[in-house]
Amino acid sequence: MINARGNRLNAAAMHGALIVYTLIALFPVFVILINSFKTRKSIFREPLALPDAESFSLIGYQTVFKQGDFFLYFQNSMIVTVASLFFILLFGAMAAFALAEYRFKGNTIMGLYLALGIMIPIRIGTVAILEMMVATGLVNTLWALILVYTAQGLPLAVFILSEFMRQVSDDLKNAARVDGLSEYAIFFQLVLPLVRPAMATVAVFNMIPIWNDLWFPLILAPAEETKTLTLGSQVFIGQFVTDWNAVLSALSMAILPVLVLYVIFSRQLIRGLTSGAVK
Amino acid sequence: MTAMSLSNVNKSFGDVKVLRDINIDVEEGEFVVFVGPSGCGKSTLLRIIAGLEDATSGDVHIAGTQVNDTPPSKRGIAMVFQSYALYPHLNVRKNMSLALKQERQSKDVIEARIAKASAMLNLDDYLDRYPSELSGGQRQRVAIGRAIVREPKLFLFDEPLSNLDAALRANTRLEIANLHDALKTSMIYVTHDQTEAMTLADRIVVLRDGRVEQIGTPMELYNNPVNRFVAGFLGSPAMNFIPAGFLNDGDTRTLGLRPEALQISDGGALHGTVQHVEQLGGDTNVIARIKDVQFSARLFGQHAIEQGQTIQFGFNPDQLFYFDNAGARLYDETSARE
Repeated sequence: MINARGNRLNAAAMHGALIVYTLIALFPVFVILINSFKTRKSIFREPLALPDAESFSLIGYQTVFKQGDFFLYFQNSMIVTVASLFFILLFGAMAAFALAEYRFKGNTIMGLYLALGIMIPIRIGTVAILEMMVATGLVNTLWALILVYTAQGLPLAVFILSEFMRQVSDDLKNAARVDGLSEYAIFFQLVLPLVRPAMATVAVFNMIPIWNDLWFPLILAPAEETKTLTLGSQVFIGQFVTDWNAVLSALSMAILPVLVLYVIFSRQLIRGLTSGAVK
Repeated sequence: MTAMSLSNVNKSFGDVKVLRDINIDVEEGEFVVFVGPSGCGKSTLLRIIAGLEDATSGDVHIAGTQVNDTPPSKRGIAMVFQSYALYPHLNVRKNMSLALKQERQSKDVIEARIAKASAMLNLDDYLDRYPSELSGGQRQRVAIGRAIVREPKLFLFDEPLSNLDAALRANTRLEIANLHDALKTSMIYVTHDQTEAMTLADRIVVLRDGRVEQIGTPMELYNNPVNRFVAGFLGSPAMNFIPAGFLNDGDTRTLGLRPEALQISDGGALHGTVQHVEQLGGDTNVIARIKDVQFSARLFGQHAIEQGQTIQFGFNPDQLFYFDNAGARLYDETSARE
């Protein structure tokens, strides 16, 4: 009885804590969402009130769609995020596989060198990066952002993925070798599917900072045609006047795609695929 | 024709020599078991034959062709792993067909071979299941099926039964024996279990510390071991080693005596105090002690023996083995007498 009651208490406490945390985490999002549907006056009068018949307004969304090329910004953000994730996962997984699977001179040193990138913030090198981009003529292109984000994401990706790849059973890889699969086939058809949960983790970790980044778009690609969503939203924030309706509407819309990407990746996080491979 | 031969194979990992000068021939259709304690290099040897590991020096021939530089898939071998190593994201049918697809076999050939293998191993009901939906024994059968469909010249088994429970192990052992009878293909089987070695092998290769200790049929090794290690490794319960001085004063040799060679007899030469009795129904194992040396006797049938009792054991002198202090077998029974 004591045991059973203890468990129920435990479960209640656990759920309570989780619910409180969820509320705290979602509260800013909620405030942004409700205020994006309100008139300017009611945003300031009662920021926490839900929009009603009197205060309801789509003025923010209208401004966003009229002013600035919102869809272009949106598209730029999407291209940069998806392309960066693709390269981070592809190159990160390849490097991780080489480090985990093959014994060669300097293997450990190489691993440590790659891991060093986790500890050194890439923004320290902003000036050098900018000079490099100017020299190569990549300033104001999406490639500038994709390359920087790929470099930024690779260390952690290699670190996490090589750890997971070491856990893929040697017997399995050897069985594939006996069956005549090439090293590439082993990598793409056998190891990658098995480390899918780790890939999804890496993707989620990298996706949100890239999507939200203001620093590099502002410095490397501030031209109108390469603006990202975060940078594009800044036009509504002025030194003296800020169009809160437009800012909140732009932010509300910026949440959606990242949410969709998150749902896609988090499905992959479900484990259990590896069970049954080896004892 | 020899199905597989190793000549002067050496293997080192850095400074550590794991295999020294291995010479083994496997005849066509033969079932050869590599047996030895863990760390003796038997799995490394198998991986060298498979091509998953390169020998530091020496040659590997499979079906008369030198294969030192041939990749595993081109060696005409198939391998069954201890951990099954089934592809978790493929169902049973695809697990079995993957290698054939890599060889670009036609669909009809693949279908026919899978049907044949699955009939042999009773896998028909499981072809569309995924490895995670199978029990351990079924998984091992799939792993064996995956090897069969390739119709290799040589099967390699790497401790295939170690992950199975005792009852299933006995069943699967029998299945592997039947498989060998049906396929008549050469097989090399690695195990640390002497029962598997004795029951399955046409010939056994006993390895220790990277060296071949003895090669022979199970009965040759049992009846005529070349040294104390082989004598002690094969047979269960293991052979007893007793200082010969217990029987003849001043004799420095070691006596080897199999537990099944001992009988209770009044006036027997060995006097032991019973420490423990294992009643197995059909057999009775008596563990007794002379001075501080423990030995065991395997008696047929059921015996009422009490702990602490002193029993006299007798034996046929023909069944005695003599070893010197380094463990080498002494064939001349008087040679080491001082």
